[in-house]
Parts: sequence; C-alpha cells; structure tokens
Amino acid sequence: MARITAGITSSHIPALGAMIDLGRTQEPYWKPIFDDYEWVKTWEQQEKPDVVILVYNDHASAFDMDVIPTFAIGCAEEFQPADEGWGPRPVPVVKGHPDMAWHIAQSCILDEIDLTIFNKMEVDHGLTVPLSLMFGQPEEWPCKVIPVPVNVVTYPPPSGNRCWLLGEAIKRAVESYPEDLNVQIWGTGGMSHQLQGPRAGLVNKEFDMAFIQDLYDNPERLRHMPHIEYLREAGSEGIELVMWLIMRAALGDNIEELHRFYHIPASNTALGHLVIRSNP
Amino acid sequence: MTDKKKINIHEYLEELEDIPGTRVFTAQRARKGYWLNQFCMSLMKKENREEFKKDERAYLDKWNLTEAQKQAVLNRDYNAAIDEGGNIYFLSKLFSTDEKSFQYAAGSMTGMSQEEYAEMMIKGGRSPEGLRSKKGGY
Repeated sequence: MARITAGITSSHIPALGAMIDLGRTQEPYWKPIFDDYEWVKTWEQQEKPDVVILVYNDHASAFDMDVIPTFAIGCAEEFQPADEGWGPRPVPVVKGHPDMAWHIAQSCILDEIDLTIFNKMEVDHGLTVPLSLMFGQPEEWPCKVIPVPVNVVTYPPPSGNRCWLLGEAIKRAVESYPEDLNVQIWGTGGMSHQLQGPRAGLVNKEFDMAFIQDLYDNPERLRHMPHIEYLREAGSEGIELVMWLIMRAALGDNIEELHRFYHIPASNTALGHLVIRSNP
Repeated sequence: MTDKKKINIHEYLEELEDIPGTRVFTAQRARKGYWLNQFCMSLMKKENREEFKKDERAYLDKWNLTEAQKQAVLNRDYNAAIDEGGNIYFLSKLFSTDEKSFQYAAGSMTGMSQEEYAEMMIKGGRSPEGLRSKKGGY
C-alpha cells in the first residue's frame, strides 16, 4: 500500500523561482533563505519520494474568471509550466501520476469531499517554485507530482475545517492505493503577507509563530479559525495558510518535527518552511 | 465531528469590508472586474503582450472595459485597478508584462517609494497594530 511519509510547508513566491532561474541565489538578500533550503534538498535526496501531492493555489494562470474550482486535482500525464507574463519558467515539465490522481479523486468524492478533475492544466509558480526549492535544478523532476490547486483568490475560500477534512480524505485515499509508494504531501504559500492596497507589506511574526506551533500542538484551533482572523492578522494573502491544514491533516496524529525555518522578508512575505515526519 | 457553527453570510461579507487599506476579492468585486481581469489574462500570450505594448489604448479598446478601468491600466494605478474590480494575481500579468516584480507593484500601492517599501520589509514588514479593523480601530 502507498503511504504518506512526510509533509513539507514552503513559501512559493515567484521571486524565489526567478532568483534560482537567474543564478542569483547567493546575493546577500536571498542567501539566508537558499542556505536554509540546502537542508531539505539533501534530505529529499535520501527520502526519494515516488509521488508528491502538491497543495498550492493557482494565481490566475490555469483558472481565469470563467472557472473557479474550490478544490481541484490534476489527473493529467504532464503539466506544462505557465507563461505568467515573463515567459514560462525554464523548468522541466511536471510529470503527473494519473492512476493515483484518479484514485484520490474517486476516493475523496466517495468520502464526501468533492474534487474537480482536471485532465489538462498548466501549473504556475505556486507549484513550480516549491519543486525548485526542494529539488534544485535537475534535468527532470525526480518524482511524480499530483497538483491539488485550492481557491484562495475569490472569496470565500474553503474554511480551515473543510481543508482539514480534505487532508484526512487524501490520507485515506493514499492508504487505499494498492502500489507500495512513498508519498509526500506539501502545503505551500504563506505565511503572513499582503500584496495589495495601502496595507501591503503586512507581516505578523507573532501570528506566524503561533500558527506554526499550533500546527503541531493544537491544530483544532487552526481548523476553526475564521477567514476574518487570517485577513486581520496575517494580511489579505495570508489566507493561503489554510492550505497548510490540508497537508497537516493528511499526516495523521503521530508526527515528528524534522526541520523549521522562519524568515522575514522574502520580497513581500514572511517565509515559513517546515518538514514534518508522519510515523505509522 | 465538532459542532458546525453556522456562518451568517451577510455578517461574513460585512466583516470583509472592515479591514483598513484592504479590498477583499469578493463576488461583488469579481463581477465588477470580470473583463478587467480577463484582459489581464490575455497578457499570458506573448503575441498579445506585443500587441498591447505597441498601442496600449488600441488594445484596451478591444475589451469591454469601463473608461475608469482603462485609465487605471494606462496609468498603472493598481489601487484604482483594484477599486475597479481588479485582482492582484490577475494584475500581475500586467506588471509582469512591464517586467516589474510583485514587490514593485505592492509597494506602488502604499504611497511609499520603492526603496522605502523594500526597507520596511527588511525591517520586519508592516505591523498589523491599528490596521486590523476600521470600526474597532485596533
């Protein structure tokens, strides 16, 4: 049977991808961030996941104003990097795992969490930047990827509780997949940040620290945190943190902290990067 | 499962308008900005970017935009664009076409210079103190 062995949280800001693509990771502003990600890059080389379920939000790339799925899943053979206005990122095509993706879709729907199935979809920085941070610049990505885009752009996004229930359903889906696969789940985005209006640049370290701690100790609080609290405390784009709850719920109760990194600033954001082991 | 607390949609939507210096992308804004955001999406194609750059006004006139929306785009006034229903991730196609970063665009909405904004971020960002609620003033 397949098993989720670990979860990762990470920022997915486009500037991090641009610095990697342009070979500017050693500039003093960015160096502390990329230096920290060396830990996870080495760790991933030992872990060798077969599949990564990558929870992220599409930033008006695959989905325009015509279609706004709350929860979606990419079931295609492959996903092309999107052209977000700069030309597509020079990164490998993302290879999917259609068989497992369809299995997860079916299992979650039967579990009363409905996912929208995409057989054709481009992927933007929300998905490709975490891959670059975790795997560097290989010719091919070292594993299959199942994209799970979540709407956090048009209100209302899903509640924390709904995200939690999706994470639990994904866990059950993976554990009922017959092949013996090493699966990771990543929750990306966050932490506190606001990209719009006179309040842009908001960062709330206290909120972020409490969020990280409660992800381990008291996920029940986060599960029931209303959207307005994210907006007031963590900025209009801090709402991306609901996606971390999908990752966290998919890890189950027996977890272990492997790595923690928090840094201000990465462009407009506070960056939070966690690596968490899920024990059987 | 824990008891589900029923959310009152009217209270929910009203609260979203209570945050200083912030316009949450609600259905109302999404509907107002539909064509503005779809225009932005068109800039994901290289040939459209080139056509837009050649004659911005002519390109905009092909879209079903209000004059206020067109002016916001022409002036690269991102606060005005958001007032007209634009969303930052859609608008990012516009500032990416200009080869500008998210930090540039976000900073331009704060009334600070790009340097001042970058400096504020290095010093830990903007504190939420006093910026959480218009009504509550906290």
